[in-house]
Amino acid sequence: MSLSPADVRHIAMLARLELSQEEELAFCAQLDHILEHFEKLRQLDTENVVPTAHLAEMASAFREDVVSHVPAVAELLANAPARDGDFFKVPQIIE
Amino acid sequence: MAEAYRLSIDAASAALAVRDISAVELTRAVLARIEATEPALRSFITVAADAALAQAQAADARLAGGDAPALCGIPLAIKDVILTRGLRSTAGSKILGNFVPPYSATVTRKLLDAGAVCVGKANCDEFAMGSSTENSAYAITRNPWNLSCVPGGSSGGSASAVAAGQCLGALGTDTGGSIRQPAACCGVVGIKPTYGRVSRYGVVAYASSLDQVGPLGRTVADCAHLLGAIAGHDPRDSTSVDCPTPDYRAALSGKLAGLRLGLPKEYFVDGMQPEVEQAVRAAVRQLESLGAAVDEVSLPHTEYAIAAYYLIATAEASSNLSRYDGIKYGFRAEAEALLEMYRRTRAQGFGAEVKRRIMLGTYALSSGYYDAYYLKAQKVRTLVRNDFLAVLDRCHAIVTPTAPTTAFRIGEKTADPLQMYLADIFTVSVNLAGLPGLSLPCGFDRTGLPIGLQLIGRPFDEQTVLNLAYAYEQATQWHLQQPEI
Repeated sequence: MSLSPADVRHIAMLARLELSQEEELAFCAQLDHILEHFEKLRQLDTENVVPTAHLAEMASAFREDVVSHVPAVAELLANAPARDGDFFKVPQIIE
Repeated sequence: MAEAYRLSIDAASAALAVRDISAVELTRAVLARIEATEPALRSFITVAADAALAQAQAADARLAGGDAPALCGIPLAIKDVILTRGLRSTAGSKILGNFVPPYSATVTRKLLDAGAVCVGKANCDEFAMGSSTENSAYAITRNPWNLSCVPGGSSGGSASAVAAGQCLGALGTDTGGSIRQPAACCGVVGIKPTYGRVSRYGVVAYASSLDQVGPLGRTVADCAHLLGAIAGHDPRDSTSVDCPTPDYRAALSGKLAGLRLGLPKEYFVDGMQPEVEQAVRAAVRQLESLGAAVDEVSLPHTEYAIAAYYLIATAEASSNLSRYDGIKYGFRAEAEALLEMYRRTRAQGFGAEVKRRIMLGTYALSSGYYDAYYLKAQKVRTLVRNDFLAVLDRCHAIVTPTAPTTAFRIGEKTADPLQMYLADIFTVSVNLAGLPGLSLPCGFDRTGLPIGLQLIGRPFDEQTVLNLAYAYEQATQWHLQQPEI
């Protein structure tokens, strides 16, 4: 298995990351090296093993859909990088 | 009172209760210590002197009324991935550089409700990703035992602050060893509780199925106090488990008769520092002399744990970190179009290690690779967990080194990410299996750097692990040594 610069560009697009050319090259070599180490998992036969996604052996937690804890709107919006009144402002999406 | 900042929580709590010292005096002593040592150490991202003194004043009022909890008036540091309402919380990242949380994490709220004083936000690897605290966007924390060495990571600021007397205890988070490994490197005690024991509400998420908050302290008893204060079911965290919290501090007996310990042969590997092996084997003999029986055991899937861990952790990280889009909070890069804004914001806001892990995780989850990487890793996780459960069926706890070496030098491993990942080789399996794990000091190497002993327990049996550590600590002097800084 060998990761190409085109693969790295594709993953960066999926991950919503803009990479410089230097980063692209560095990640290509580093990720390849790390993935090579991960190939070790192939040695194991896991045909009949049940995957463990989570350790909390519990049923889904349900509660009534009631508002119980809301910071004030002003507090929430205080961290917004751009706002317009009580809205988050984003670059134009619709023509 | 000379050197009040060196007091254990136990001793400080007793002194506060009889008014030998006030909470304000204690907090001032700690803040003065921070001022004196912080230029060299950089354990903190934010020091909150004014807020801490106000909290100390309130603690004094409670103490005057009598019947205050043990943590009332105790100065603590909180890792910067744990939210503190009204106090900047950056997670060690530029992308959250100006983030002031509108609410507190449950663990923060519990400590403040108990009267504890928060002196500041401890430095950490960006989003808790790292084993050295070199990945912080703000500063490299230095090891108080040797300023040219790392404090370990990712809770390196918390460990360094505790070791140097910049606080009496601290909170860290542990996803693959991030409490235990820096505790070992800095010569303090740190415990990662069983997954689900402590609420993750308000803790900046890295890998949700592995992350757990836990305390660091100078003694086992101090960690028992702190764990008791933060543990318990939280309706705001659907993965927090509803089971009673014991009084960990009160139940420390130091009696080990009848306890059976497992010593896994896979944890004594080629390439580990000989002094680490010697110190750990000596500690095992000490535990035997205190009444525990020790068996050699096997955890056969140990060698696969690092690969499984990094696949799962990075996959979860790539998903969790998708929330940093420059819209709701944090840094935003200028751009004309939305996609461009996302990509630039994340490119400029995240550091190299975070980008590397997002890339790895995105790849492991991408179409065509999911089965080969992510699903495979989840299956290996089952094998790792089953190894532990089989051993813990007949042993009450497992004893291992915390790390294969003592603290390495700053810059030594930054060029090779895989080498850095291998620093967590003895701790990651515990997170995959969701078990409680504790590290405490068990010696020093010839250059004077601390060595850590790891104790791993049955699910939700933190008490046995704490008690084992307590018995060992009572019988040894390692925890009394202090770095000269």
